[in-house]
Amino acid sequence: MEASTVLEMRGVTKRFPGVVANDGVDFDLRQGEVHALLGENGAGKSTLMNILYGLYRPDEGEILVRGKTVSFGSAKDAIDRGIGMVHQHFMLIPVMTVAENIVLEIEPTKAGVLLDYDVAIERVRDISKRFGLAVDPTARVENISVGQQQRVEILKALYRGAEILILDEPTAVLTPQEAGELFEIIKSLQADGTSIIFISHKLNEVLEIADRITVLRRGKGIDSVPREGATEEGLARMMVGREVLLRVEKKPADPGDTLLEVRDLHVNDERGLPAVRDVSFAVRAGEIVGIAGVEGNGQSELIEAITGLRAAESGEIAVAGNVIGRSSARRMLDAGVGHIPEDRQRRGLVLEFSIAENIALHDYCYPPDSRFGWLFPGRLVQRARELIREFDVRGGGPNTRSGALSGGNQQKVVAAREIARDPKVLVAAQPTRGLDVGAIEYLHRRLIEERDEGRAILLVSLELDEVISLSDRILVMYEGRVVGEHTPDVTEEEIGLEMLGGRRKEPSAA
Amino acid sequence: MSEPLAPQHGTEPDEIAAAAPATVASRFELAQRAGGIAVPVATAVLAFLIGGLLVLATGHNPLQAYWDIIKGAGLDWLAHPTNTDVANTAAYNFSQTLLQTSSLILTGLAVAFAFRCGLFNIGGNGQYLVGLFCANWVGVSFVNMSRPAHIVVGIALATAAGAFWAAIAGFLKATVGAHEVITTIMLNWIAYWIGNYLFQQGGPLQGAQNRPLDIPISGNVVPSARLPVFWGDAELQGLHIGFFVAIASLVLFWLILNRTTLGYEVRAVGYNPAAAAYGGIKVRTNYVRAMAISGAFAGLAGGLDMLGYQYKIGTSDVQVQAIGFLGIAVALLGRNTALGVGLAGFLFGGLLYGTTHGLQSGSIDPSLAGHLTEMIQGLVVLFVGADVLILYLWSVRRKLRRQRAAAPPAAESPA
Repeated sequence: MEASTVLEMRGVTKRFPGVVANDGVDFDLRQGEVHALLGENGAGKSTLMNILYGLYRPDEGEILVRGKTVSFGSAKDAIDRGIGMVHQHFMLIPVMTVAENIVLEIEPTKAGVLLDYDVAIERVRDISKRFGLAVDPTARVENISVGQQQRVEILKALYRGAEILILDEPTAVLTPQEAGELFEIIKSLQADGTSIIFISHKLNEVLEIADRITVLRRGKGIDSVPREGATEEGLARMMVGREVLLRVEKKPADPGDTLLEVRDLHVNDERGLPAVRDVSFAVRAGEIVGIAGVEGNGQSELIEAITGLRAAESGEIAVAGNVIGRSSARRMLDAGVGHIPEDRQRRGLVLEFSIAENIALHDYCYPPDSRFGWLFPGRLVQRARELIREFDVRGGGPNTRSGALSGGNQQKVVAAREIARDPKVLVAAQPTRGLDVGAIEYLHRRLIEERDEGRAILLVSLELDEVISLSDRILVMYEGRVVGEHTPDVTEEEIGLEMLGGRRKEPSAA
Repeated sequence: MSEPLAPQHGTEPDEIAAAAPATVASRFELAQRAGGIAVPVATAVLAFLIGGLLVLATGHNPLQAYWDIIKGAGLDWLAHPTNTDVANTAAYNFSQTLLQTSSLILTGLAVAFAFRCGLFNIGGNGQYLVGLFCANWVGVSFVNMSRPAHIVVGIALATAAGAFWAAIAGFLKATVGAHEVITTIMLNWIAYWIGNYLFQQGGPLQGAQNRPLDIPISGNVVPSARLPVFWGDAELQGLHIGFFVAIASLVLFWLILNRTTLGYEVRAVGYNPAAAAYGGIKVRTNYVRAMAISGAFAGLAGGLDMLGYQYKIGTSDVQVQAIGFLGIAVALLGRNTALGVGLAGFLFGGLLYGTTHGLQSGSIDPSLAGHLTEMIQGLVVLFVGADVLILYLWSVRRKLRRQRAAAPPAAESPA
């Protein structure tokens, strides 16, 4: 389909101290098209869109809306030109209703000052009917689901007359079902003539929804390609700049002895409310057991109990057949449990410490790192040097401050430390959260390798495709219980339903 | 929700700087990185400038006042360092500056050590006081002990008392979560009133010779418990070997923090308690232990001062004692490092002695003389806090600017 061009960005360059975030990027958008902007974290996608939305001024280059050169001083200028943006993190006021949020700043008024609430509701009804986005205008935002909140954001933009809609990583916060609904909405908006820029780093959804795809890498526009003929492999290569192994290749698991066994575990959260209820399962040597679930269904508390960071109310945890009573982080470490925590910056690393000091975080108190309480920094550095080489950590040496590393390299430091301790059980919580394709590929391959080495791996992830592609068995958690167990040939939809509590099953002992 | 709600720090340095760090210690780490050596120096210069303006406002010449302070602190002696005879005023003044410096280094280290574990020990003064009391008690009693033993017992008990006093605050923090700022201040007052009780008329440690005269002062430390004086006259507040103990403590402080597993734990807890706990470190134990070590430095200062030159203590001494509070300024200006505390201790030592003994009534308003140190101390604390504040305000400004533009901080950092 050849339609008129509604938006053009020519040679846009934006420099920040020390980096060129956008380097002569060209981008154009046609009437009624979905144009995906694809790139790794830090490729410059958000910077480009923030320029388009008037939040940054480009150092060079020009922006044309419907053939006219524009210069945006603020988001308001962009909105006036019919550009709307839905941010990854919503900008809604939770205690206000849907209608109030949507009409905010351009409220219909009574007597000049008072909000005419009835008119507001009426207008929201109209617009939601026109675009086919069902919302309840009178519901409070804090009481509706994340998917619904996203609709409210989209309606907010449409209400302001947006004809060009920027969606920044819109599926990052959604369940598979909600993502499917979003795609329906996008298609109906498209049919209505709205042009959409869809920012993502997920290849499959880009191929599903976009008409054209522009790939950014390190601030440069690499190529713009139509969806027809584009493949995941080809796009990944453009994103990363080299061949990437997308499918996790693995041999069938060859499980050995049970190394981790959890029996009838009950764990409370901070507020003392039950978070893990009667969970039992086992992980054997040489297998990866994945736990799927929507955030906040007890996964974090389960991991913390297994790693000794949180006391269980009742139940048993056995490592390699030994029940660990009165567990503590130190006991679990010494029993052979490694842990890649879900928040590497808050828990996995002391950001002010050097790489060498972080690598010693568990073993600083044992020889050779120390003896009789005396620390040997030289040995820490030596050890770090070896692991930096083995795990291909880039961006610094043993004495580099860990906070100065990129997210992917920080995660490699964490993984290096945990794996190098030769744990029997490795708990990996959200191991690839926030990482780019290259780092994800590395960590996935490494987890499979460690499985094949005979470790028992417990993987917890909110990314369903990650759980399905890596795991040999999949458990689904909902409201603190294990509500399903599957083999990896299960579909995302099936698990997605269970994640939302759609189907209950008696907790199955593994 | 696969993305965390907080913006992820990317590789972009100012993204990291903008994120609010979790603990006091990491905030100072941040300020230190942001400012390096320049900020503490600028802080001190600024404090002196404003102090000078105040002198000017009273109709005196600030340059003359500062020159008096420099001479009063004996810094002119450094021009002729071969003449060590304390009959020479400059040499004597300099020895007195070093005497003050010794105490300030130790009370500064007390604050700095707790800081490195993420704790704000305001209780240096109380810990110093209990050190003074214990050393006085040992030094007045046990008259038959041999000299080295007497000194060692006195110093050891003073150090232990300081450690115990601070450990109470650490213990309360670890067990019931009571904030150490509150508890150490309360412990300061407890020490203060214990001192008033001990040495008052009829108090258990009032000197026997003072009782008939109704003087609320302790007994004198006997010669066998007095520290050897290596510069000057013991009767005229000569410089005692405690000076070397203070210097050695700087080295010890550095060694503990950087060369022991204990120091590793302290720093890990100070920067990020959650990561430390994940690493297998017992965070609560470290709170108690770090406070104890912190208090030991302050108690040691008290022990050395008592056996080194004070020899006796009265209720009025207890009431005006502030060396432990000055330690806060020393630690802040010294950025909680060994070298920094050493230099800041020397600066404040000179200031303390110089303002009280150097200023002539012609060059400064007499009512201002003694208070100039306190003013500069206050300004230093203010400014040291201020550069952290400035960094914080800077990050808030960035956030606000972005929010005004109706956008969140870019989740994708432009790196």
